[in-house]
Amino acid sequence: MIRFVDVRKEYDNGTKALRGISFQIDDGDFAFLVGPSGSGKSTIIKLITGEVAPSDGRVMVNGYNLTNIAPRQVPYMRRTLGVIFQDFRLIQKKTVYENLTFAMRAVGSSGREVRRRVPYVLDLVGLSQKGDRYPDELSGGEQQRVAIARALVNNPSMIIADEPTGNLDPQRSLEIMTLLERINELGTTVLVVTHEKELVNRFSKRVITIRDGRLISDETGGYYSNEQKI
Amino acid sequence: MSRRFDLKFYASEGLHSIFTHGFMSFAAVCMIVACLLIMGSFTLVAVNMDHMLGQLEDENEFLAYVDETLPEEDVLALEGKLAALPNVSQVTFTTKEEARENYIESYELDEDFEVFESLPDEVFRDRYAIHVADIEQMGETVELVKQVPGVADTSAMLEVAEGFVVVRNVAGGVAMILVAILLLISLFIIANTIKLATFSRREEIAIMKMVGATNAFIRWPFVFEGLILGVAGAVVGFFLQWGIYQMITAAITRAEGTGLIRLISFGDMALPVIGIFLLTGFIIGVGGSLVAIRKFLQV
Repeated sequence: MIRFVDVRKEYDNGTKALRGISFQIDDGDFAFLVGPSGSGKSTIIKLITGEVAPSDGRVMVNGYNLTNIAPRQVPYMRRTLGVIFQDFRLIQKKTVYENLTFAMRAVGSSGREVRRRVPYVLDLVGLSQKGDRYPDELSGGEQQRVAIARALVNNPSMIIADEPTGNLDPQRSLEIMTLLERINELGTTVLVVTHEKELVNRFSKRVITIRDGRLISDETGGYYSNEQKI
Repeated sequence: MSRRFDLKFYASEGLHSIFTHGFMSFAAVCMIVACLLIMGSFTLVAVNMDHMLGQLEDENEFLAYVDETLPEEDVLALEGKLAALPNVSQVTFTTKEEARENYIESYELDEDFEVFESLPDEVFRDRYAIHVADIEQMGETVELVKQVPGVADTSAMLEVAEGFVVVRNVAGGVAMILVAILLLISLFIIANTIKLATFSRREEIAIMKMVGATNAFIRWPFVFEGLILGVAGAVVGFFLQWGIYQMITAAITRAEGTGLIRLISFGDMALPVIGIFLLTGFIIGVGGSLVAIRKFLQV
């Protein structure tokens, strides 16, 4: 669960990224976070992952209060999240299987847990046959599936996807979004940050729209009405 | 999910990354080897100088000649008086007859042997050979001996004794300063080398942090990497040092046939050398990686 209560963020250089934002994403939700460049989307992601602290207000993520979290607790909070990026961020020197193993070993999983979990997750994203490939041998869509598998491998309660389809053609984008929808149906909370109006409109989901650091609209089942509101 | 210290995993990750970043690892080992060789060579030179000076110091004695007018029992009583003086470690009496024999013996193989053989006993004097405990106070001891009644004269090479002390102290001081400076420089170089290695792995570190790895977990493989590099450098350095030392020893022995310079054999020093090399390699390797990784663990 994510809860923002009147969150403000001003960076050291004086930029006011968020000017008082409140919203809540419950367990099992699927939500889009939309808004133009510089609207504060990235800041919201960074607040959720604990990379920056809020200047004012309260940020709660999966039971952790990030406003005054001890640095030692941050890694354990992050284990409840799976993060996906536009540029995939896979380790090029490691195979698909090794990329997933690496993420599991990083949180102290045993070899036995790895051998049980990795094939299951690879199957879930439809890459069972490609575990021994290197990222540069895969298409963009396949690489993003690997990134989704890596986000899922530690069994987080929530997936945060930061522009997951920004580097993909419309067909691949649709596939990725459908995969995220399926993961959500299996019980994982999903928050997708995106620009892509077409894509958002194809899924009848909750859409949180922000602009200039303020919440513009938060409509469940609504759509990304770019022209009217932004 | 979270588990305790997983030695096998950290060690294998560290070892694996040494080979993935082969060139950086090679560079780091070369730096450690170079630093150890420079340090080791200076130290071995200093140790050898100390050893040689120590040998000369061991033989350090001076002679006190006995007044010929003294009755024989007084001559023998002198031994107790001399031995009671401060800084005197050993007193040996030699009659003039014995002194002559010793003298002749030492020239036995000489061409002019007959000249020495015909020397009368009267040329020599009864003498006490006096060893001093501390060479640095030899001057004072000589003065004290001169004041003992019955001692006619002394023969001491004070300038030589003082020269030994000065050379040994200067060499020891210079070696210590050099070792301290080189230790600092090598730690700095290793830290930078490992910093470059961690820089090339910043992507992996970022991913580890993203999925929720603790700082300790991220740090351990680097510590093992530094440890393995340090120990590898120490072992390579040890064998190179051995080879260099043998070469230099052989060259000195060839060039200087008199046997005046007696170097310590490497075998006698092998254990302390490998011990110090391993310890230094350990400190620079682990210390360097801890310094290097520090800034990557913020956020």
